[in-house]
Amino acid sequence: MNSTVSPSGLLQLDALLSDEERQIQDVVRKLMDATVRSEVHHWYEQGRAPIRELANEFGRLGLLGMHLHGYGCAGASAVAYGVACMELEAADSGVRSLVSVQGSLAMYAIWRFGSEEQKQRWLPGMARGEFIGCFGLTEPDHGSDPASMSTRARKDGSDWILHGSKMWITNAPLADVAVIWARADEGVRGFVVPLDTPGVTVREIKQKMSLRASSTGEIVLDDVRLPQEAQLPEATGLKAPLSCLTEARYGIVWGSLGAGRDCLETAIRYAQERIQFGKPIASFQLTQAKIADMALEVQKGFLLALHLGRMADQGKLTPEMVSVGKLNNVREAIKIARECRTILGANGISGEYPVMRHANNLESVLTYEGTSEIHQLVIAAKLTGIQAFS
Amino acid sequence: MKIVVLVKQVPDSGAERNLRAEDNTVDRASANNVINEMDEYAIEEALRLQEAHGGEVTVLTMGPQRATESIRKALSMGPDGAVHVVDDALSGTDALGTSKVLAKALERLNADVIICGAESTDARGQVLPHMLAERLGVAALTGARKLTVDGSQLTIERQTEEGYEVVTAATPAIVSVWDTINEPRYPSFKGIMAAKKKPVETLSIADLGVDAGEVGWAGAQTTVKEHTKRPPRSAGQKVTDSGEGGVALVDYLSSEKFV
Ligand SMILES: Cc1cc2nc3c(=O)[nH]c(=O)nc-3n(C[C@H](O)[C@H](O)[C@H](O)COP(=O)(O)OP(=O)(O)OC[C@H]3O[C@@H](n4cnc5c(N)ncnc54)[C@H](O)[C@@H]3O)c2cc1C
Repeated sequence: MNSTVSPSGLLQLDALLSDEERQIQDVVRKLMDATVRSEVHHWYEQGRAPIRELANEFGRLGLLGMHLHGYGCAGASAVAYGVACMELEAADSGVRSLVSVQGSLAMYAIWRFGSEEQKQRWLPGMARGEFIGCFGLTEPDHGSDPASMSTRARKDGSDWILHGSKMWITNAPLADVAVIWARADEGVRGFVVPLDTPGVTVREIKQKMSLRASSTGEIVLDDVRLPQEAQLPEATGLKAPLSCLTEARYGIVWGSLGAGRDCLETAIRYAQERIQFGKPIASFQLTQAKIADMALEVQKGFLLALHLGRMADQGKLTPEMVSVGKLNNVREAIKIARECRTILGANGISGEYPVMRHANNLESVLTYEGTSEIHQLVIAAKLTGIQAFS
Repeated sequence: MKIVVLVKQVPDSGAERNLRAEDNTVDRASANNVINEMDEYAIEEALRLQEAHGGEVTVLTMGPQRATESIRKALSMGPDGAVHVVDDALSGTDALGTSKVLAKALERLNADVIICGAESTDARGQVLPHMLAERLGVAALTGARKLTVDGSQLTIERQTEEGYEVVTAATPAIVSVWDTINEPRYPSFKGIMAAKKKPVETLSIADLGVDAGEVGWAGAQTTVKEHTKRPPRSAGQKVTDSGEGGVALVDYLSSEKFV
C-alpha cells in the first residue's frame, strides 16, 4: 500500500498552528488518551462520569477558563482554546461541554461582568477545578427565545429575590455555583448563586439518550434571597448572556470538528481491516467516496475554525461569524458521524466504537448554544437585513 | 539547592529509526525528534526536589540547533532556564567526547545535584552518568527508582534484577533515573506559554574551553564501522494443543529462561 496520512494530515493544516498551539493540542490529546478515551464508553453507558476528578485534572493543566487572563487562568489564545476543545471533543462531547460551560459560560460571565470581589471569590477556584460552575439561561418554557424568560428578580430592601426555574443546565447537579439570568424591572440581570443557598433545589435530568457522560439538571429557584453583592454589576440586558454564548459557541466550532475527525479516523481504520467479498471494504469505491468527501469537510471545517480563531485573537470576531462556524461545523460533524456509522455496519451501533456515541452527542450539540435553525436566522438576518425572529 | 537536569533530543522511539548509510550515525534529519523519554522522568524528579527543597532547576542540553524545540518542551514542564551547548564541531562526537563537553558545562553551573535519565533511547549506552561523575570527581548514584534528600545527603534505591540496593552519597552528585521513579507531569498551559520567555544560554565549545580536535569525528575514540538492519521477525513457533499444549508452553518458556 502507498503511505497514508490521517484525515487531518491531508492538507498539512497543522503547519498553520504555532508551536505553542501544537504543544497545547498535543498535551490535551495525551490527557484524553490517559484519562478519558478508554473509560468514556462506560461512563456513557452508566450515564455518569467522574466529573469532579476530571475538573481537578483539567484544572491542573490549565484547561478551565484557559482563554481568560488573570485570576489563575492561563491566558491562552483563542486558537489554543480552540484546538484544546477539538481534542476534548474528539474524546467526548460531554467532556468538552464540562470545559465549555465552566470556562466560556460560568467563568467568562463572572470574569466579564463580575465585581472584583466576585472574581477573587470564584475564578481562581474555578480555574483549579475546585468549584464547578454552571450557567442557567434556558427555562422549561423558553429555549430559543430567552428574551421571554419568566424567571424573575425583584428587589427587597438591598436584597434580591429570585423566583423561577432553569432547565437543561449542564453541570447543575454537581455544581457549586450557578450564573443565573433573570428578568428584573430594569431588564435582564445576572446573579452568582451558590447552589447551597436556601430555596435552591437541583434535580438531575435522567433518561438522556445523548451527552450521557455529562451531567444535566433543572434548577428551581423558590424565592431565593441573595445579597446585592450576588448581582453581576456589569451585566445589563440580554446582550450579556448572549455574549457568553458567543464564547462557548466558538469552542463548539472546534469541538464538533474533533468529534467528526474521531469518527472519520475510526471509520478509515475499520474500512481498512474489515473484509467483505474477499477484500477490505475500503477497497469499494462507494466507501472511498464517502471517506474522501468526509475528509474534505473535516479540512474545510478546520480552516473555518482557524479563521474564526485568528479573528478572535485580533479582536475582530462577530457573533454572525460564530454562527457560520457553529452551523457549518456541527451540521457537518453530525453528517460525518452518521456516515461513518454506516461504514462500521452493525459495529457502528456498538459502544465499543466511539461513532454512535459521537453521533448521539452531536444531537445535543446541534441544539444547544443556538439551534441550527436559529443560526440560519442569525446569518440570514445579517445578509437580508430582515430579522425573522424578533 | 541547585539542580541541573541533562536533556537529550532523540528520534522518537515509537517511530521507525535509522542509521545513516554514509557515516553510521543516527538519522535525525528525517526523524520526529523528541525529548529522550527517560529524561522526562529526570525533569520530573528535579522539579519534585525543587518543590520540596527550593532552589533552581536548569536544563543542560548538548545538541544541534533544532534541539531548542526539546529545550522549550522541557522548560514548559517547569525548570527555570536552560543551557544549550551547540557547535558545528560537535557533529560525530562519541560518548566520551560528550561527557567532556557536558562536564565542562557542568563545572560552570556548580550544581548540587545533577539528574539525568539512565539511558537515552537512541544509543542506550548507560555510560554517560559514570563518565561525568569521573570527570567531575563527584559520586554517581545510578539507576535510581527512588531518590530522597536529607540536607546534603542523597539516598537512592537502585533497581537491580533481583531487587534493589540502597546507595547514599553527599552532594554534589549525579543521579541517573529509570522510568519507575515517578510519573512525569503534563506541562501546564501556563508552563507552555512561559517556556518561550525563559532564559536559554547558548554556549559554543570555545566558550567551554574545549578544543575542536577533542570532539566531533576527529576526537571520537569509538566509531561504528558498519551496521545492518535487524532482520524482519520470523514466523515464530506454533504449538498445536492436543492436550499437552500447556506443558509445551512451559517447556518453551523455561528453555528461553522466561520462567
Ligand atoms: C444536553 C443539553 C445541555 C444544555 N445545557 C444548557 C446550559 O448549560 N445552559 C442553558 O442555559 N441551556 C442549556 N441547554 C439548553 C439549550 O440551549 C436549548 O435546548 C436550546 O436553546 C433550544 O431550546 P429548546 O430546547 O427549548 O428548543 P425550542 O426553542 O423549543 O426549539 C424547538 C425547535 O424549534 C425551532 N425554533 C424555535 N424558534 C424558531 C424560530 N423562530 N424559527 C425557526 N425555528 C425555530 C428550533 O430551532 C428547534 O428546532 C442544554 C441543552 C441540552 C440538550
